[in-house]
Amino acid sequence: MNQSAGHSGSAEAQSGIVVRGVHRSFGDFVALEDIDLEVKPGGLTALLGPSGGGKSTLLRIIAGLDYPDRGAVEIGGRDATFLPPQRRSVGFVFQHYAAFKHLTTARNVAFGLEIRKRPRAEVHDRVAELLELVHLEQFADRLPSQLSGGQRQRMALARALAVQPEVLLLDEPFGALDAKVRKELRDWLRRLHDEVHVTTLFVTHDQEEALEVADEIVVISQGRIEQVGSPAQLYDHPANEFVMSFLGPVTRLGGVLVRPHDIEVLTDERAGAVQVEVTKLLRVGYEVRAETRAQDGSTPWVQLTRAQVAELDLAEGATVWLRPLVATPFPAGSPRAPEPVPA
Amino acid sequence: MVDVRTVAPAPVDARVRRARRRTTRTAWVLRLVAIGYVLALVALPVASVVQHTFADGLGPVWEVLTSDDFLAALRLTAVVAGIATLLNTVFGVGMGVLLVRYRFWGRRFVSAVIDLPVSISPIVVGVALILVYGTYGWFGGALEDAGFRVIFSVPGMVLATVLVSLPLVLREVVPTLEEAGIEQEQAAQSLGASAWQRFWRVTLPTIRWALAYGVALSLARSLGEFGAVRVVSGSVAGESQTLTLYVNDSYQEFGPDAQRQAFAAAFVLMAIAVALIVVIAALRPQEERS
Repeated sequence: MNQSAGHSGSAEAQSGIVVRGVHRSFGDFVALEDIDLEVKPGGLTALLGPSGGGKSTLLRIIAGLDYPDRGAVEIGGRDATFLPPQRRSVGFVFQHYAAFKHLTTARNVAFGLEIRKRPRAEVHDRVAELLELVHLEQFADRLPSQLSGGQRQRMALARALAVQPEVLLLDEPFGALDAKVRKELRDWLRRLHDEVHVTTLFVTHDQEEALEVADEIVVISQGRIEQVGSPAQLYDHPANEFVMSFLGPVTRLGGVLVRPHDIEVLTDERAGAVQVEVTKLLRVGYEVRAETRAQDGSTPWVQLTRAQVAELDLAEGATVWLRPLVATPFPAGSPRAPEPVPA
Repeated sequence: MVDVRTVAPAPVDARVRRARRRTTRTAWVLRLVAIGYVLALVALPVASVVQHTFADGLGPVWEVLTSDDFLAALRLTAVVAGIATLLNTVFGVGMGVLLVRYRFWGRRFVSAVIDLPVSISPIVVGVALILVYGTYGWFGGALEDAGFRVIFSVPGMVLATVLVSLPLVLREVVPTLEEAGIEQEQAAQSLGASAWQRFWRVTLPTIRWALAYGVALSLARSLGEFGAVRVVSGSVAGESQTLTLYVNDSYQEFGPDAQRQAFAAAFVLMAIAVALIVVIAALRPQEERS
């Protein structure tokens, strides 16, 4: 499929994105503060961060929909800083689809090819191929208003891929969809990228989405890059408290930030354990959250399974001891010395 | 009554039925008032024009409709209204894109000024045009020296008509452009479309129904314009007389022939207006659907 879809396979050199010293402010608000970033060719990279953190601004600057105050953008080794969007070879997918409402699904996908004045037969074949790729072949003659949100976004993706862009940029692509469809499209995007190895950069504020889909995650907050790495690196070895708390649930135990599922519950006192009283047991689906109160007034919580709760014979009001299962990468005022982070 | 109850699967409480009933007595009264008002104001005068037009049968009407003066007036009306609508369409779309897509200094001021000509009386518009383009106006003398006559000529009539229907296309196009947003155009841009291609392939199709509606409104207004055109035209029969001027001038003459001319021309104006209203009504649902 990757060959027939016409995208650079392993044979061709793939285009990466290089961002150098990009700065963008809107009045007093600094959206991006001297950002340096290299997006590796052929990968699926997530720009992850809270709303207003600057990730969408960065994506729009790479697409040419906005321009930096200073700094440079390179796409596929060429300087693109001042190129208009139509000359960047960039596919852009918007959160709200930006479907051409007056055109059918097939004509939407064909748009970029028609602009390039490709022969009619070639356009027809390529559109058919792409519609198959995004599983919309039976919807070719529908108008966008007759498609569901998920279908519209798949159409938008096919439309962006039709012109064989060097890089594909997605701005919160699943943000407007309901939870179930979002999850489906996530898996689908992952599989699609395995077929069509185009360098892809997508913006999301959903850490689960980034962890599940991306090869590499760039965490951005307040206009700065906090950390770049693989999902496992970021989750296990976050560079700072912000990254750790943004990537998953955290709780504070004895002054140290830990993941609530990385806490051991003991029924007797042992070295390094903190004595707490269980204040509440909360069932959430398959997990049980045990909220506790320590003697220093802090309220750590633990994520447990129902089996664990039964085994420990845990009840509200019980006194137990909590101990972190894994070493915390940074001390944050903890009495325990941090262990060296393995490379 | 008993039969009805046994047929109905589940009898609904009378109070529920009353509460659900949408047409109350008040609604009926309001409807009658509305219908009566429209009949008295619109239907009766229209019917009486039709009746007067065809009082002596089709023959005399046909005679008027084929007379030189009437045909000249019809042609002039078509030319003036056609050019004015064309200018307003180009202006309306261009200005609409400018006002919605760009933020510039004086934008709100420009937007307000565009509404001014339709807000002031057409007579004032006409007088103002003479003050500027008349023989003794600001530019009039210079233009006449260059061999270009504005007032008492077609350009002046077009200008007057353009002014009185200036914002009609613009005001239809702006909300649609605002609602459509800029993302479709940005998507087209990232797919390689130039500014011109984006306009023809994305912007124009997006606003097409609003544009058609605005054009129909503008055309109707242009065809019916009287006051401003009256001031700047001079209203010479066969030369600078539009249909509305023809109706007015004929009506003010004495004699049954002149009256008949007035009614026949009025009927034609009305028929065109009705045709346009049908077009507009047909366009409305299209616009709402898209």
